[in-house]
Amino acid sequence: MIHRDMICPFCGCLCDDLVITTEGNEVVQVDNACTLGTHKLMGAWKNRLKNPIMRNGGGWRDASYEEAIEYAAGVLLDADRPLLYGWSSTQGEAQGLGVSMAELLGGVIDSTTSVCHGPSILAIQEVGHPGCTLGQVKNRADLVIYWACNPTEAHPRHMSRYTTYADGFFLENAFRDRKLIVVDVRKSETTSIADEFVKVKPGGDYAVFAALRAIVRGRADVVPDTVAGVTKEQLVRIGEMCKEAKFGALFFGVGLTMAPGKYKNIRNAIELVDELNRYTKWTLTPLRGHYNVHGSNEVFTWMTGYPYAVDFSRQIAFYNPGETTAVDILARKECDACLIVASDPGAHFPKACLEHLAKIPTVLIDPMHTVTTPLCRCQIPTAVNGIDAGGTAYRMDGVPIHVKKFMDLGYPSDTEVIGRIFEQIKEVKHP
Amino acid sequence: MSDLLIKNAFVIDPINRINGEIMDIAVRDGRIVEDVGQGAEVIDAAGCLTLPGGIDSHTHICGTKVNFGRYMSPEDMRAGREARRGVKHSISGYSVPTTYANSYRYAIMGYTTLLEGAMAPLEARHTHEEFSATPLQDVMANTLFDGNWGVMEAIRDGDLERAAAIVGWTLSAVKGFGIKLTNPGGTEAWGYGKDVTCIRDKVPYFEVTPAEIIETMIRSCELLRLPHSVHLHCNNLGKPGNYACTIETLNLVPDLNEKRQTLYATHVQFHSYGGSDWKTFCSKAEPVADTVNNRPQIVIDMGQVMFGKTTTMTADGPMEFNLYRLHHDKWSNHDVELETGSGIIPVLYRRKNLVNSIMWAIGLELALLVKNPWQCMLTTDNPNGAPFVKYPEIIALLMSKKYRDAEFATVHPDTGSKVVLPALERELDWNEIAVMTRAGQAKALGITGIGKGHLGIGAEADIAVYPLKVDDIDPSTEYQRVIDGFAQTKWTVKRGRPVSRDGEILVHGENTTIWVDPKIRPERDISRNPRFVEMFNHWYSVRMSNYPVQDEYLKRNLRMETEAAI
Ligand code: SF4
Repeated sequence: MIHRDMICPFCGCLCDDLVITTEGNEVVQVDNACTLGTHKLMGAWKNRLKNPIMRNGGGWRDASYEEAIEYAAGVLLDADRPLLYGWSSTQGEAQGLGVSMAELLGGVIDSTTSVCHGPSILAIQEVGHPGCTLGQVKNRADLVIYWACNPTEAHPRHMSRYTTYADGFFLENAFRDRKLIVVDVRKSETTSIADEFVKVKPGGDYAVFAALRAIVRGRADVVPDTVAGVTKEQLVRIGEMCKEAKFGALFFGVGLTMAPGKYKNIRNAIELVDELNRYTKWTLTPLRGHYNVHGSNEVFTWMTGYPYAVDFSRQIAFYNPGETTAVDILARKECDACLIVASDPGAHFPKACLEHLAKIPTVLIDPMHTVTTPLCRCQIPTAVNGIDAGGTAYRMDGVPIHVKKFMDLGYPSDTEVIGRIFEQIKEVKHP
Repeated sequence: MSDLLIKNAFVIDPINRINGEIMDIAVRDGRIVEDVGQGAEVIDAAGCLTLPGGIDSHTHICGTKVNFGRYMSPEDMRAGREARRGVKHSISGYSVPTTYANSYRYAIMGYTTLLEGAMAPLEARHTHEEFSATPLQDVMANTLFDGNWGVMEAIRDGDLERAAAIVGWTLSAVKGFGIKLTNPGGTEAWGYGKDVTCIRDKVPYFEVTPAEIIETMIRSCELLRLPHSVHLHCNNLGKPGNYACTIETLNLVPDLNEKRQTLYATHVQFHSYGGSDWKTFCSKAEPVADTVNNRPQIVIDMGQVMFGKTTTMTADGPMEFNLYRLHHDKWSNHDVELETGSGIIPVLYRRKNLVNSIMWAIGLELALLVKNPWQCMLTTDNPNGAPFVKYPEIIALLMSKKYRDAEFATVHPDTGSKVVLPALERELDWNEIAVMTRAGQAKALGITGIGKGHLGIGAEADIAVYPLKVDDIDPSTEYQRVIDGFAQTKWTVKRGRPVSRDGEILVHGENTTIWVDPKIRPERDISRNPRFVEMFNHWYSVRMSNYPVQDEYLKRNLRMETEAAI
């Protein structure tokens, strides 16, 4: 069977033009997706965990969904300070249930945002966000900057769908008429096609933004001959390019959010874009990794007022990144149970956090065996959103897309499993 | 559903010409009926002003920019936190509260139907997701067409029916309610950092004028037989001297519909400015109100400004950037490809500030100078002029000259020479307030036929019972009692079910989403038009098939089908 206009559930580009061919319960061909997307779609039906598993001494035993769900609910009900973490690769509907569950439990809910674009959000909360949908960039941008990211490898179709290689309504020959600037600490696949490659010394982004802001404001005189390894000559040239562009678009990745300076870097980037808007049109967009990490921020926000790291232990929604973020809570050994949904902290979190995760009852909801599995006491496999489950996801620019299901492998969705856990919790917790 | 009887209510129901009768209201299955039997639940409303549920015909409560207003403002969230209790979720926020907070606070004030003023079609799914988390009101969304490429091309080609076909298809695809135009043409120009000044400038590239967009959309609206008229945010918002542009725009509007207005001009306060700069800034509410008085085909809403902190948000991207350059706090912008844009900034309206004081006066002047209350709706363009929780104060200001004078004494001392407010003696009565907060809003939205805005037999049983002894209160002097009374109902009844009592939320309800589905002849179905499909798939960043909002996003919904004339 051929399924058209399908949505790729991998990265924040949320490409929606995939053609997927299935034979029975097997994906045999994926057209239009990049290798990352193709790999996920082709492989996902294979390495699934067959059923829930639970610790059995040093090993594992199979369990039924009823048993695993009851266990998960019990663990969360018993906890004084449960942590509900992950949420970036699941549907918005599951995220919403997660928030309500955290609220009822008096727990903490956090998404992978806190270890990727959390600093971008902190900067936005200070100075705002001049942004746009990706189609605006595609149709208008004659200058694109990728800063501290490598879309060729992390968002492989970003350039062909939205920037460098995309047709633009207002550009006669989009490829020729568009300029590309890449700023990074090292050469990458993306830098090799740039019109300007700006090589910044690690940790120097803040200074480079500040120098560009000065130049754009007409104060090149205060800029020294080199800034973080970049010559003044190149900075002035780039400042001019930015001002002369009709529509500029700045994209940045975790190379900026997680570099020294963290949220201050982003704040400076936003203020540069803001400054440029006094001369011409500029926008800025964080390149979000997981396909629905931005969705978790949206859902958390309309339900609680805050985009991530929400602590309900006081019955109200409390937000203080650095205190209520998952890594901090784990590092302080504060939580006494953890539910992890659709993410793999085992592969990303500091060792001290993982040690604590292994000590407390941790339940993982994930279709596959991951690096986090060995740290858990119970894992519940679910359907993969965009393959055998459907639901809402928000693209990196905030456009909500309905991710579609095209096969049924018999697994319940995250929404279903979390819904069932929540039901059991409500039986005990609700008046 | 169980029966309900509201006894001994002091009823004002302007649509049914009831003005202060003591009555019983019987409810069965969510509708008002002649009577109910013995077993009915009884609410004793003796001594309580009882009105149809409040309707806000222009508010911003759900969707991409509202949520971004929250996202960028943790300081606002900290202002309104309340703990979870019973069926009530925890809530946060003051000027852009969480969805639950909006719903609870509106319910406590007796509001049962809300119109989200601006939904970008491409992002409609988001609005609907938040709608389904708005438990206590029926909701609908006006849909933005101000910078729609397909529409502007149709206008350039002089093809009115094509423009109407695009609007009709889009409304049904995104489950929208009516047509919203925000700074028509200006949001497209903002795509390249430009704006239009008034209605005669040409929109770059598309070579059409705002006047042409407005006229074509008014005619399209009538061709599609939409219940509501075009909902217009005029060009040139917030600039000194813009009243001339506003009057020129209002004078464009033909009288095309017997049942309702042909144009709903929104937050007219922001469009009634005289002077040539901020130094000479003054009120021009009088000529604007005169124009409205002479043109029954126009309804306006006030867009009242109240002092204090709030967050401004509008699809008018260039305006928000200009405002940001005055306020220097923080600025978010979000342009939406092929359609529209938006901007958000926090603001603080201060009594000590002359411009802010004049703005505050203009809104009140408009409401007092427009003679017919059916032509002027009470709004703040929540949260732009102020959060909706300020409505009770606005009601009291309109009902009491004494209160206005007391407030006037606290604003910037130079305000008196710039406004006419102190000279206005009019004090609105209870009936006029009922018109401006529910009956008139229902009529302007075209939803009286589905039982909104009145308490006649067959109407939806959306009822607000206020602890206000009308015979006992002199609103012109006892304005604090008016404020307190309208701030919190004794009972709010939604579809026959009491949802709040004395400020306590009683149920986790389920709203209805009201949307419009114009029935267009198949040969006029634009989604089968190759040129349109080609334009769509080439320039949007989503495929056309992924654009419409699936039915599953609407929990309970009421589809209003219209017989389009195309
Ligand atoms: S760019 Fe991202 S969304 Fe698009 S196909 Fe590749 S992995 Fe999937």
